[in-house]
Amino acid sequence: MGADMRYSGLRVIAEGLRGNRGWKPVWREPEPKSEYDMLIIGGGGHGLSTAYYLAKNHGIRNIAVLEKGYLGGGNIGRNTTIVRANYFLPGNQEFYSHSLKLWEGLEAELNYNVMHSQRGLINLFHSDGQRDAFARRGNAMITQGDDAELLDRDGVRALLPYLDFDNTRFPIYGGLLHRRGGTARHDAVAWGYARGADKRGVDLIQNCEVTGIDISAGRVTGVQTTRGAIRAKKVGIVVAGRSSQVAAMAGLRLPIESHILQAFVTEGLKPVIDHVISFGMGHFYISQSDKGGLVFGGDLDFYASYAARGNLPMVEHVMEAGMTLMPMIGRARVLRSWGGIMDMSPDGSPIIDRTPIEGLYIDCGWNYGGFKAVPASGWCMAHLMATDHPHEVARRFRLDRFASGHLLDEEGTGSQHNLH
Amino acid sequence: MRITCPLCGDRDRREFTYYGAADYLNRPGMGAPAEAWDAYLHLRDNPAGATRDLWYHEMGCAAWLVVNRDTVSHAVLSVRLVTDAQAEGGAA
Ligand SMILES: [Zn+2]
Repeated sequence: MGADMRYSGLRVIAEGLRGNRGWKPVWREPEPKSEYDMLIIGGGGHGLSTAYYLAKNHGIRNIAVLEKGYLGGGNIGRNTTIVRANYFLPGNQEFYSHSLKLWEGLEAELNYNVMHSQRGLINLFHSDGQRDAFARRGNAMITQGDDAELLDRDGVRALLPYLDFDNTRFPIYGGLLHRRGGTARHDAVAWGYARGADKRGVDLIQNCEVTGIDISAGRVTGVQTTRGAIRAKKVGIVVAGRSSQVAAMAGLRLPIESHILQAFVTEGLKPVIDHVISFGMGHFYISQSDKGGLVFGGDLDFYASYAARGNLPMVEHVMEAGMTLMPMIGRARVLRSWGGIMDMSPDGSPIIDRTPIEGLYIDCGWNYGGFKAVPASGWCMAHLMATDHPHEVARRFRLDRFASGHLLDEEGTGSQHNLH
Repeated sequence: MRITCPLCGDRDRREFTYYGAADYLNRPGMGAPAEAWDAYLHLRDNPAGATRDLWYHEMGCAAWLVVNRDTVSHAVLSVRLVTDAQAEGGAA
């Protein structure tokens, strides 16, 4: 950590007294070299953390991250920032557990304030059957080594007195509390990893769109970009939101359908919502940012889309669900909304795997849960690219699991594109 | 987004249920290999631009539709009944 120590409270005060003229650019702006040991396509959260851990954990520093726009300009810069480890299935459990542990040490690791706030996540339930399912999930989380507490109605009321507990359709029976769940500052995560990777010698190359993937005799040899050809022995595709297009450059057809997920932010309000609250039956979840805005969202619009904006029926549905759950927010004014492009996989779980092309790796299919996965996704993708073996906690995120039947269907709804 | 049903006319998107890519019309035969089923169920072109997908006019005439859409602009380009599309040579 010492070597990365650039930011501190003392430094902020000192720079404040000197007119903030002492701050330096956080990373270099290098020209792309003609050859690297490894290339990461995609300078979002997952791509940057992959590069960081390749350098940090595996000592591989002759790497470039190729980003078609600016670093952290995709879904890492626009999401609802929830961090949690409340998964049920073996295969998902250990991965998200590992990710949460990385989050807990991330600020010290990166010397970057990612504003990780473990304010507690509460998943509400509304029937006896749902209580049983949540108790089972909570037990699975505890068995994995994470935390879970089953709250009854009064337990929820003590924490969230402002909910409508007696809604006719979805009366609140209780909730599953995950105290280590919470939120983080989304783009700070990208910037922190970017700075850490740059410091270790990784070239972060922005405004560099990959336009082709060079393959010779079944092995990757490099890429074509808008800033020239770049050779490399290994290439990682980490471009959730555009995975199908980039994979198609290598002749691959992925089990991915891109969908739109909308989210909303209100004007800044005084602190009123202390936790992350998830109202699954209404497809609604909400938290309050440190700036005071209520950050909330719902379900997919449910049609294939790259528009990065949704349609009004889902906006209406989300607002209705919010009013059903907590009528007190009815006077808050929505400032803005956006729609993120989600890599939806048939079973709702991600892919971190080799491809049929030697030296070409892919990290994709994060569905609507990519943000919390950023640390472990980079950790595991780096391990895969460095060693050619899947990391222990990501070994079930196989590309071929749909063909082989080794599915990770966390929601239990089936493994087809129209079911998630 | 509004979709023009060939039977009912121009209707709100809420009347329709999305099913998925038109790949679902190309169901493999009984003897097809596992790879064909994997491709049918899971693998997608997933284009950013013109696409063909299946919608069900659930709150209208209950017809299955093949919709030509642009996934970037959300423009609906043309809509046909699945039965018409299939009558003209099977696959969409
Ligand atoms: Zn109709």
